[in-house]
Amino acid sequence: MSENLISVNNVSVNFDYQENFLSKKQKIHAVNNINIKIKKGSFFGLVGESGSGKTTLGRAILGANKISSGNVIFHDDNRDFDLTNINKQEFKEYRKKAQLIFQDPYAALSPRMTVRDIIAEPLEVMKITNSREETDDRVRDIAAKCRLNLEHLRRFPHAFSGGQRQRISIARALVSNPKFIVADESVAALDVSIQADILNLLKQLQNELNLTYLFISHDLSVVAHVCDIVAVMYLGHIVEMAPSRQLFRNPKHSYTKALLSSIPSIDPENQSQAIELKGEIPSALNPPSGCVFRTRCPNPTHDCKEGNIAMGLIEVEPDHWVDQCCVNCN
Amino acid sequence: MSHLLEVKNLDVKFDTDEGRITAVENISLSVDEGEVLGIVGESGSGKSVTAKAIMQLNPGNTKYNENAEIILDNENVLRFTSKQDLKKIRGGKVSMIFQEPMASFAPAIKIGNQMVEQLLIHKNIDKSEAKSISINMLNRVGIADAEKRFNQYAFELSGGMRQRAMIAMALSTMPKLLLADEPTTALDVTIQAQVINLIKDIIKEYQMGVIFITHDLGVIAQVANQVAVMYLGSIVEKGPVNKILKNPKHPYTKGLLEALPDVNNLDAPLRPIPGNIPSPLDRPTGCVFRTRCPNPTHDCKEGNIEMGLIEVEPGHWVDQCCINCG
Repeated sequence: MSENLISVNNVSVNFDYQENFLSKKQKIHAVNNINIKIKKGSFFGLVGESGSGKTTLGRAILGANKISSGNVIFHDDNRDFDLTNINKQEFKEYRKKAQLIFQDPYAALSPRMTVRDIIAEPLEVMKITNSREETDDRVRDIAAKCRLNLEHLRRFPHAFSGGQRQRISIARALVSNPKFIVADESVAALDVSIQADILNLLKQLQNELNLTYLFISHDLSVVAHVCDIVAVMYLGHIVEMAPSRQLFRNPKHSYTKALLSSIPSIDPENQSQAIELKGEIPSALNPPSGCVFRTRCPNPTHDCKEGNIAMGLIEVEPDHWVDQCCVNCN
Repeated sequence: MSHLLEVKNLDVKFDTDEGRITAVENISLSVDEGEVLGIVGESGSGKSVTAKAIMQLNPGNTKYNENAEIILDNENVLRFTSKQDLKKIRGGKVSMIFQEPMASFAPAIKIGNQMVEQLLIHKNIDKSEAKSISINMLNRVGIADAEKRFNQYAFELSGGMRQRAMIAMALSTMPKLLLADEPTTALDVTIQAQVINLIKDIIKEYQMGVIFITHDLGVIAQVANQVAVMYLGSIVEKGPVNKILKNPKHPYTKGLLEALPDVNNLDAPLRPIPGNIPSPLDRPTGCVFRTRCPNPTHDCKEGNIEMGLIEVEPGHWVDQCCINCG
């Protein structure tokens, strides 16, 4: 039995792009050659700016985006699912075990269904339960775990606040008893106090139900608090990956350093200047050759500037991986 | 010296099908030239409604109270009724930067034309002059190739660049007061850092007064001089930024700070404020925070205590009810 739940091996995701029907077909390299292993019971964080490929990677792992090359393997208790080589029946099986929590709890819930129906829908679609009583039992059970009152089940989503709606979305994701959850910016739309509440709930459910999370967020302080291990993405590549405390104490990659210095300090006397990166994130249609970060690197080496160095993570300290090009630029 | 902006005893109510909703109740605040007042609070606390009241941008079903005053540059904005008067504030003395830069530019009109249009309305200048002012301003906010960007549409610009263009447009009329409503919320952290620095530089250079609305206390700590904390339409605490963030007196301010994940202290547990924010249709009587107060006194729990700020130390005001609740 493997200690990993998910292995992502050399995964790339490309999208076809055509500006108009006369122009040449181009490829958008959304995710490039990603290797990650997500351990059972871990809280794996994925950070990066908009357009860095976090969501695409998360969706690729769930089989919601087509994987262009490489493979994703889900290690279940007694068998492995290879997502790139899987039949329809097996894929349905996989979907019971891997679920997604969305960002916007206002958009994710159908306004015309009661909360009970929203939470029960996955059970009915996946034909997990055999009778209405069984479905109701499962729904009540998971609703209680997500701290929803039973009387809430009869109401419609419009009657709930953002935090309560997010708890409904979590209950819906968890009702099929999955092992793996992708939480895509699940707290980004919430106020700080509610955000704290939802993060605590996710942690608590992880212990109770033995879950493994892939937590996608752009908010570094949130990620630092809940995740065990963090991967930083930039333009479709992972540029640094380490246990979260190590990453926040001792970032190695210039991009991670810039990100961390950009978090506004809560102390008004600490007006530390953020390391400003020059320019903007390049287009994924036409990424720089060699190291993708070289156009914005504050201090690139000669070979890096010329684009001679290929991307690839190396282990600089135990479990701390940094892109090989940028280890030398500082 | 009189303040640049002074809001006194403002109530804002909306008439809706479900009844009259109190969005803002009895708030008073002031902003001086060159000063940044940060307003923090959760969604629904009345931050944006307050800002919109200053520009008279709230919808038609809005009711202001009789004795409220919003005095901008010695004129009461609430007494303005004619279009001519309103033009003096909207885009003239006051400019606003919105949260979502994509939604704030007209999609089918070039950025430059939108900038020139508002300058022609507010300033007595001709088109070519307006164009050169606009291009200068785009340069000033750090947009490379300003002349090229001037002739582009909003969708051709990235998020950070659009927000810069929005700021350039808001500043080009040289307002005395800038209202920034969550201007960095939709941006990535690195871009947010750039925009915050830009806003700080510009305030220093032009000495305008600024109201900076955000729910992010970190951003407040970096830009504001004064802070007002709002909860359910009332200001519960206000004062200088370092007093409020380092020595908060109100349980709500304390709660907000404890709920915030701090990268420098990863061992601190995240503590949500218990309970939910009540619906504005069903505002608690007396102290609005009493339904969520961790340690309310007896009188507070019963709703016997009126809201009202008292000065606990120079410049630091706290709601009188909650001082006594631990």
